[in-house]
Amino acid sequence: MMETLLNIVIYLPLLGIPMLLMVKNKTTKKWIALLVTTLAFIASLPLLFNFDVAASGTPQYLTEGGRLIESIDIKYLMGLDGLSLLLFMLTTFLGPIVILSSWNSVDKHLDGYLSMLLILQTASLGVFAALDLVVFYVFFEFSLIPMYFLIGIWGGVERIQATIKFFVYTMAGSLIMLVGLIYLGYDAGAAMGGGVNFTTDWRFLSSSLYQIGLVDQTYLFLAFALAFCIKVPVFPFHTWLPYAHTEAPTAGSVVLASIMLKMGTYGLLRVCLPIFPNAFMEFAPWMAVLAVIGIIYGALVAMVQKDFKKLVAYSSVSHLGFVVLGLFALNTVAVQGALIQMVNHGLSTGALFLIIGMLYERRHTRLIKDYGGIAKKMPVLTAAFMVATFASIGLPGLNGFVGEFLILNGSFSSTLYNNPVYAVLGTIGVILAAVYMLWMFQRVMFGPIHNEENEKLLDLDKREIALLVPMILLMVWIGVHPIDFTKYSENQVTELISSSQNKGTAIIEEAKREELPEWTARFYEVDQVESQLAEK
Amino acid sequence: MASATALFSLIIALPLAGFLVIGIIGLFSENFRIKKQLIGTLASLLVLIPFLIAVYFFLNMNAGSEAQVFKLFTWMHVGDFSVDVAYRVDQLSILMTLVVTGVGFLIHLYSMGYMADDDAYWRFFAFLNLFIFSMLNLVLANNLLLLFLGWEGVGLCSYLLIGFWYSEMKNSAAAKKAFIYNRIGDFAFLIAMFMVFQTVGSLNFDVILNNLGEFSQTYIFTIGLLMFIGATGKSAQIPLFVWLPDAMAGPTPVSALIHAATMVTSGIYLISRLSPMYVLSPELMLIIAVIGALTAIVAATIAITQNDIKSVLAYSTISQLGYMFLALGAGGFTAALFHVVTHAFFKACLFLGSGSVINTMHHVEHELAHDGKKVDFDPQDMRNMGGLRKYMPSTYKTFMIATIAIAGIPPLAGFFSKDEILAVAANAGAGAFGGYMYTLLWVVGSITAFLTAFYMFRLTITTFHGEFKLGQRFKEAVGAEKYLHESPATMTIPLWTLAGLATIGGFLGVPNFIAETFTHGVAHINILHNWLSSITADYETVLSHGLEWVLMIVSIAIAITGALMAYRMYSNDQQEASDAKLAARFGGLYETWKDKYNVDEVYEGLIGNPVVKFSEKVLAVFDMKVVDGVVNATGGMVRLFGSLFRYVQTGVVSSYAFAYVIGVVVILYLMVM
Repeated sequence: MMETLLNIVIYLPLLGIPMLLMVKNKTTKKWIALLVTTLAFIASLPLLFNFDVAASGTPQYLTEGGRLIESIDIKYLMGLDGLSLLLFMLTTFLGPIVILSSWNSVDKHLDGYLSMLLILQTASLGVFAALDLVVFYVFFEFSLIPMYFLIGIWGGVERIQATIKFFVYTMAGSLIMLVGLIYLGYDAGAAMGGGVNFTTDWRFLSSSLYQIGLVDQTYLFLAFALAFCIKVPVFPFHTWLPYAHTEAPTAGSVVLASIMLKMGTYGLLRVCLPIFPNAFMEFAPWMAVLAVIGIIYGALVAMVQKDFKKLVAYSSVSHLGFVVLGLFALNTVAVQGALIQMVNHGLSTGALFLIIGMLYERRHTRLIKDYGGIAKKMPVLTAAFMVATFASIGLPGLNGFVGEFLILNGSFSSTLYNNPVYAVLGTIGVILAAVYMLWMFQRVMFGPIHNEENEKLLDLDKREIALLVPMILLMVWIGVHPIDFTKYSENQVTELISSSQNKGTAIIEEAKREELPEWTARFYEVDQVESQLAEK
Repeated sequence: MASATALFSLIIALPLAGFLVIGIIGLFSENFRIKKQLIGTLASLLVLIPFLIAVYFFLNMNAGSEAQVFKLFTWMHVGDFSVDVAYRVDQLSILMTLVVTGVGFLIHLYSMGYMADDDAYWRFFAFLNLFIFSMLNLVLANNLLLLFLGWEGVGLCSYLLIGFWYSEMKNSAAAKKAFIYNRIGDFAFLIAMFMVFQTVGSLNFDVILNNLGEFSQTYIFTIGLLMFIGATGKSAQIPLFVWLPDAMAGPTPVSALIHAATMVTSGIYLISRLSPMYVLSPELMLIIAVIGALTAIVAATIAITQNDIKSVLAYSTISQLGYMFLALGAGGFTAALFHVVTHAFFKACLFLGSGSVINTMHHVEHELAHDGKKVDFDPQDMRNMGGLRKYMPSTYKTFMIATIAIAGIPPLAGFFSKDEILAVAANAGAGAFGGYMYTLLWVVGSITAFLTAFYMFRLTITTFHGEFKLGQRFKEAVGAEKYLHESPATMTIPLWTLAGLATIGGFLGVPNFIAETFTHGVAHINILHNWLSSITADYETVLSHGLEWVLMIVSIAIAITGALMAYRMYSNDQQEASDAKLAARFGGLYETWKDKYNVDEVYEGLIGNPVVKFSEKVLAVFDMKVVDGVVNATGGMVRLFGSLFRYVQTGVVSSYAFAYVIGVVVILYLMVM
């Protein structure tokens, strides 16, 4: 019953496409899209309420299809667990909001536009629910295509250039991941035995039954991590993001920031940690360095942007740096912080893009200097903008603080980093966030109105208020009572960390020193482990 | 207990409810916004009721009462980290609560008059209520993280209220500056919390203070220093004090409530709360005392040279806060808290009095304009004032009382608290706590006491005595004094109440030695000391009674000398001549004071501008040319894809979808193979 519901939620948006193609009236089309996404959201609620929190480590609502071929264990395997539940829910929650956000602004190729959004919705849900890595990969790719078109057709003036950059970048990552995936599948298939020579069942891959050699692990980790880092994006792989964000239509920016970027961090946690635990842990300090650079560098570059959409885009680089820092700190506090921060960033940055979109729709400019004094004309927008801004800055009582605090606190005492300097440097991002956000806010909202055009601005209408209110309520809810959200992943994160550590230890203890190349032995400090074993 | 929790939670909940109700209804309903009487009354009541509840709790406590902890719910719980929304009612927090809600209520009342003509009246009161809510979280929190919520919350309210009149860029710039400087302090605060959690696995005050042995000496020093850096942001001390003078851009009741009486004393509260930890590091104590004394004298020298009445009061506040840190660093936590309380009374009174003056001056400007005389004068510049005592008797009298109080003339409140601070500094110098350095700081503190009396009487005399000078300075304004008037009762009642408190408040802390000299035994007449003795880890008094008497007489003499000198120099309308004389006497030094030591310029020139320039000219360019350039340079790939894309970009969505489906099938096929 519940597993059927999970599939319904995933494919319901897709089902809307033929329906809206059948009707002529443009408004009806929009209503259909809104209806299916709303229904999908409502239908997803029982998945949240019935989730067994105590057993969050076990995938629930499992749908398991048959193998493609007996010897090839690729199957339709869908379910939700603690890692994916909240991101899945965030996606269904944002579905109707995204449709509503472009209610009046898009007229060109409306069929295509709505279809792309709906495909995107299904694809994103698929990514988070997939438990077979091939299925995961297909949805991962599947989600890119509508985004190319959203930017390329409904984007801003320089949309083609932005699309190309986005395309080239993500494709490069995907291809490398594909190679890794195929290799991994064969390797795991051999380990599984029983007539299977290829498997990508996450349950098997992540279990202690499948232990992957240190050399293979290193290459595979790098292949997957690169794809995910591009997606996040981790510095220095971020330059596609400002283009894509700036040129994308509002709805595209929202989905991109709120959902698609999370596929990268989610992938790091879902795939890289349990399958390549040794590499994950050895690379952790390196990743922390990139994360910290991203936090500070992203913030500084955001500070000097003249285009407010670009500013928010760079702020994402900074914010996602926090998430990566938390993931690789590998203790419950930091990883839980990272997970909730993914949701937080989705809400606050999503809301920022919506609000900026509302200003853009009225004034058709993204330049900060064209604004000023808006607060007087649009008090409701100002209030909403302010909440989203302070959520983004990490004001206690709102959602952003919870994530940032847990991440930094956990990273500070992370035994894997073994150095508080990462957390200390990351905390500088907290100051910088206030600098770039409040400076932008001041220039856009405050001061006298110096541009005639701004005199005519009208405040938010009911539709726009309706979009923002649920997001703001969630920001407050997570800020005040985060336990309602963190509880879903608590057990799984704890188990995942300890099982990955154990698996890592087992792998390294079984590694044969003489069979390893010199660099691998040195990188994983195999000698040290061997001498420790010998002492015992 | 359950009913006590319910009653207690009203203290926190009512101001929050006020913010939400007034804020949300006000945002959407124009009809509600114009009901100013209703809004003001509601907001004031929602502070008065918590005050009364706090009084009730206070009456049910004595100096020996155990702390009562009210846990409302669990805030965060992940892994081994857990923190509650839990409040702690003990002798220290109830004292602060009484000050915050008591003075807060008076200022709400005052604002009903002061803000009566403002269109955004509703917004003002919503923010004021939010401020009270945040401040109560700060002083009542049972753990560091909830305290931090209040800490940043008051920073937010400060931001919102400094920039209240946001249509002027200067105001919103000041607001932003305040928030960012506070954030720099908060950065240190956050790291201190990480270190505390790393060591004892909890952020609860009880756990921290009962496990001080777990911390290494380095950690004690570092955590304490980081918390202190946080305090220098919030409480405007060197090096982070520069935001406070700019914060005067906010409406005057805000300056009184947030930037004088309550928020800026948060740092003193924090350090007093953790006083058993601080006393473990004498080096750190000395650092705090030095920074405090330095801030006190630096700000006082600036205050002498200012002509804007709010600016004088702002620098005076920084200076008085410096005194409090001097006391903390000298092991006089109770003395510092005593000064927090008395300062709240007299400084709030002074700010509200200045607001009353500014209001009248605005009125004059308005009436002149009404008469068709456009006079462009600064209504906050004391050179345009003078002689106001004739027109504003209540404002004058209360302002004078508060001036006498802050100057440290007995028996008003400031005398007792300031005298105690100087005494603890001398005491630390006499004891084995740091030796001659503290004695030196006592000297600095005494000089500052002289300066304080001097600049405060300069301000009061120039503003209220002599003749009204606007007409002398601007031809069109001759005869403008007819527009001067006293403020309404909603404003004068709070003034008189605060002046009353500034008069008698000192009796909370009459030094024990006065009684002991006569009884020749141990006396406990210092109410505040008795009350806080279980919380503050004060240094022991080693001074002899004789020396204490000497110190007290010296400090009285200093205050009276300062006041008399100011009276001689500034009465009879000789302010400008006397300032010129001072400038001539002190030369370059006076210029430095007048230029506020150029701290803003230095920060901007050495940090602010270079960082922005670097980000703009180096990082942003690096991002575009180098990081992105590498991507672009990966062969002609981009161009290749570009031409491909142009080719396939036919605009017909079905063809894309078709191509895509084929792609997926091919990939799946490859997989299966």
